[in-house]
Amino acid sequence: MPSSPVHDPLAPPAPGAVTETRVTTCYMCACRCGIRVHLRDGQVRYIDGNPDHPLNQGVICAKGASGIMKQYSPARLTKPLLRKPGAERGAGQFVETTWDEAYRLLAERLAKIRSTDPKRFALFTGRDQMQALTGLFARQFGTPNYAAHGGFCSVNMAAGMIYTIGGSFWEFGGPDLERAKLFVMIGTAEDHHSNPLKIAIAKFKRDGGRFISINPVRTGYSAIADEWLPIRPGTDGALLLALIHELIALGLYDRDFLVQYTNAGQLVNMNEASDEFGMFVRTEVPKEEGCFDPQNKLWWDRTTEKPVVTHTEGTDPYLLGEFRLSDGTAVKPSFQLLKERVEDYTPEWAAGITGIPAEAIRRLAHEMGITARDQKIELPIAWTDMWGREHDTVTGNPVAFHAMRGLAAHSNGFHTIRALAILMTLLGTIDRPGGFRHKAPFPRPIPPCAKTPNTPLAVKPDHPLDGLALGWPAEPDDLFVDEDGTPVRIDKAFSWEYPLAVHGMMHNVITNAWRGDPYPIDTLLIFMANMAWNSTMNTSEVRKMLNDKRTDGENRGEYKIPFLVVCDAFQSEMTAFADLVLPDTTYLERHDVMSMLDRPISEFDGPVDSVRIPVLPPTGECKPFQEVLIELGGRLKLPAFVRPDGTRRYRDYPDFVVNYETEPGSGIGFLAGWRGKGGEKFMRGEPNPRQWEMYAQNNCVYHYRLPPSYQYMRNWNRGYLEWSQRNRIQRYAEPILIHIYSEVLQKFRLSAQGKGISRKPPAHLKARIETFFDPLPFYYDTLEAQATDRAKYPLAAVTQRPMAMYHSWDSQNAWLRQIHTHNHLYVNPKVARAAGIDDGGWMWVESPWGKVRCLARYSEAVEPGTVWTWNAIGKAPGAWRLTPDANESERGFLLNHLISEELPGAGGATISNSDPVTGQAAWYDVRVRIYPAGADEEKATWPRFAAVPAAPGTAAATPKWQAFFAGVSSLAAKRRGAGGEEK
Amino acid sequence: MTQLALVIDLNVCVGCHACVTSCKEWNTSGSAGPLADMHPYGKDPTGAFFNRVQTFEVGEYPNTQTVHFPKSCLHCEDPPCVPVCPTGASYKRKSDGIVLVDYDKCIGCKYCSWACPYGAREVDPERRVMTKCTLCVDRIYDETKPESERKPACVMACPTSARLFGDIHDPDSIVSQAIRDNAGYALMPEWGTHPANHYLPRRRTPMHIHEDELTRSDNPLKVDGLLPKPAKSEPSLDDVMSW
Repeated sequence: MPSSPVHDPLAPPAPGAVTETRVTTCYMCACRCGIRVHLRDGQVRYIDGNPDHPLNQGVICAKGASGIMKQYSPARLTKPLLRKPGAERGAGQFVETTWDEAYRLLAERLAKIRSTDPKRFALFTGRDQMQALTGLFARQFGTPNYAAHGGFCSVNMAAGMIYTIGGSFWEFGGPDLERAKLFVMIGTAEDHHSNPLKIAIAKFKRDGGRFISINPVRTGYSAIADEWLPIRPGTDGALLLALIHELIALGLYDRDFLVQYTNAGQLVNMNEASDEFGMFVRTEVPKEEGCFDPQNKLWWDRTTEKPVVTHTEGTDPYLLGEFRLSDGTAVKPSFQLLKERVEDYTPEWAAGITGIPAEAIRRLAHEMGITARDQKIELPIAWTDMWGREHDTVTGNPVAFHAMRGLAAHSNGFHTIRALAILMTLLGTIDRPGGFRHKAPFPRPIPPCAKTPNTPLAVKPDHPLDGLALGWPAEPDDLFVDEDGTPVRIDKAFSWEYPLAVHGMMHNVITNAWRGDPYPIDTLLIFMANMAWNSTMNTSEVRKMLNDKRTDGENRGEYKIPFLVVCDAFQSEMTAFADLVLPDTTYLERHDVMSMLDRPISEFDGPVDSVRIPVLPPTGECKPFQEVLIELGGRLKLPAFVRPDGTRRYRDYPDFVVNYETEPGSGIGFLAGWRGKGGEKFMRGEPNPRQWEMYAQNNCVYHYRLPPSYQYMRNWNRGYLEWSQRNRIQRYAEPILIHIYSEVLQKFRLSAQGKGISRKPPAHLKARIETFFDPLPFYYDTLEAQATDRAKYPLAAVTQRPMAMYHSWDSQNAWLRQIHTHNHLYVNPKVARAAGIDDGGWMWVESPWGKVRCLARYSEAVEPGTVWTWNAIGKAPGAWRLTPDANESERGFLLNHLISEELPGAGGATISNSDPVTGQAAWYDVRVRIYPAGADEEKATWPRFAAVPAAPGTAAATPKWQAFFAGVSSLAAKRRGAGGEEK
Repeated sequence: MTQLALVIDLNVCVGCHACVTSCKEWNTSGSAGPLADMHPYGKDPTGAFFNRVQTFEVGEYPNTQTVHFPKSCLHCEDPPCVPVCPTGASYKRKSDGIVLVDYDKCIGCKYCSWACPYGAREVDPERRVMTKCTLCVDRIYDETKPESERKPACVMACPTSARLFGDIHDPDSIVSQAIRDNAGYALMPEWGTHPANHYLPRRRTPMHIHEDELTRSDNPLKVDGLLPKPAKSEPSLDDVMSW
């Protein structure tokens, strides 16, 4: 019955509406894409990717396109709240308060702490895109107890690579898929650097590149791989070492690259009796000042058959063999030691551990080696190396890698990632076309210069911390411990237990503070981290710790963590435990900087930083956390935040960003672009009062493009390093040789062996340091696997985040929660059937630490020794302003209940369930068994928790239905709707 | 005659759902909106989406493929949903081949969704009218947008550029070329619906290694394997035997 349509689909849906488009930066995840927010009558009509933004080039993801539902979420906290007098923590009972009262309360409490013992204040933040400010605040306050979430995220990736090649994946470097021919992705979460990676992988595949994915699970990126190699969780190190074995055995390594750009040829002292055992032999031993590798090491020259200073004109070192110096000292090139190390790491050996057939491992090595060697790229870009040699071209060996938390979140992850970095180096792919490329401010010296103090004396009442709260230890004397070796930090980072915990260890803060080990604290301020739920290990017990009180002593009845402040934009599981809740703004309501002093969004071709500029006014009484810190900084009279006369220095956060300098007149501030009085300077320059305006006019991004000759080989590129020095990105312009062999690690081992004059570890940690501070990578079963009865708990359990959800953030999002409303445990069908578990049936998954009842889903896309689920879909009843019977809390579950934050340590003590080198939380080490739930059991998840009520200031009620239509015109209002009331 | 369509490249789709929510976002406040959500914060939430991604596995471990399959109205050239509509609400535009629903005529009887073999139509649970992909008809002709952005929201959003948009009747269009070059196919051709949307299959890039590539003349072991000769002064048989 055709006839002409009545409804004109092309007619404007809201005629006469006022429309406007503004640019800012997304924060639906940590990716930081440029977005355009299209407003209709002041309401968000839609958000799309900014085509002129270097990161996402116009595209957007599922989360970014759902920003509207976050902005208008009923879970928005809009008022400062105080725990209701008499109510228990966790019950979520609050009364409203005012900002004045909140500030007064906080300032009074914090001033008292600061004037007595500043370390009793701890500030830990979930996301770390604000570290430039949060870190400054903590340091100015004088507390060492500050970190972001890196310790429980991917610090092994950062540390393992930065201690090896001076750079790392994601913000600081990545695969150059534009020119790669072979791309190997190992254990990558689907949400890190997601849009840029998606753009790059798709283009790579279209251009005919070959993509191999090594992962226990085939989802997301792995789904479109040309080949999927399923691997058992936590065994990647075995695979990587076997690949190294095979590449060396067949001579498929880039010799010239190893000789010139790494420490492969440097001679190691093999005299076990010497205090210098395992250290590089030096031509002279001046005091080595500054944080760079002095050029005073030796090669054994092939031509003259004599030791020579490395990189001496006309020499060529032996990479293999053993030699004797004229004083009789036995020496070996470090490459010889690497070869010896991997001698027994054969593909056959690795096959038994990883589950990948030896033939497949061999073929993988051959593919890498042959592609790197035979598909070389020569770019006509002239550059000069640090030894003054001029090169006409830049060479690329087009094999690229990417890896993330799948490798990192294991207690053997540091050495696994060292092995990966060495593999990438053997193939000659570091900062070369088609391989791995750095992003400013990396590469940095190995390790980077920043250090924490090394004594508790750095913590002084009413005084800023004498050093940084986080840094990069180069030797035992850099540890942040007292004379007995007791940790200074509450999380025990930079102690003998976790010496290279360079991102802190947020995952142990609550447990340690609760236990008073190494000491009790007074106030814990948590920003934007769901530590009572998905961001903590051992969730059920940690919730109890937050609510636990002293039963004796003068403070009887007081909470063991006396004062808990939570700043968040939403009613999470964590807010229920707060004594004071500070309502944060959303990303559309705030200024932010993606600063060179933190984690900028640099591209391979040069430094990039960016900003957020508010598109909408704050909702209710929300204040951006930065304003809170600046206000508190003023009230506490922290030097950086007040004038000499004690008055507040900065009007607000935007004013702070423009005018703050790292020291008076340094010209270095939070933003690198448009500095100088008229905005004519980059990196360094006087404050520019119009800096925000200039960012706003330029898509909120400053992108400095390096000349092509500075874009590659940056570890050794004189032009680049001197440019970087002149712009104060780094203090030294010295070559950054790749540490195939790590002297840093050897220094710790020597101290554990009682050698040298550096500090020595306490007796009970000597063996641990000696074992794990191996200068060459080695494979060991994860600590938890070693401590678990593998026959009883035969399976590995892991999680990953879906591309359409970010942590726990998006169950409040009406659109995104329809994509992941509840989660299943994915089990290989053969394994499930053998256990008597039905597809879609209720089942138990149990570890030595706890058990969870959940729904099973058969999957052929999971390695049979592994079970997995999407992380953070399960929610506590009532949190995130969902109804208590929402699928997230009835059918969704957290695997965190199965994961312990601690393992049994020596002598009845406990030790963090973390990597012994870096303190990286070992999320993915847990071992489990599975069995069906009984027919008579409740058809719901377990454990369950009491529902929390809606916090004051969140939506009074949630609707039974809603239909969003942006705009305020009468027509728009007519079309928009919501109805009913969920109970 | 023009037939606009989407071509979806399964070779690069990673199942990120960007197309799903950008579609919802554009259309809920567009001419097809609003698109309601039932129980948006309660038990069993559900709502009207024009575009969904289905994920399924093919094959047995370890030879498993995980396929992410975005699906929306295919804008059939011979759409079975149109003739069954008792009110004429379901129609196909002559000018560009887009299949649309006239919400002012639709009585929500669902005949069209029963007739559609692809399950591509969704009743808005609140307005009780049939809804479906419009190919963002209220975007693609919007002259206030730059030419490069006159594309459906899902195409603009897709991070892997897995979604192409164009006229499949124009042999020179990017969609026609993509179908030709990459063995594009239509879903369930046996139904005779002639779907305008096409899919591009997975394409595998293999690598073959020849044995002689493993043992080449420039093998660095030829250098590194040459260890230093022993010093003349080191002990030898000459020192102990005269034979």
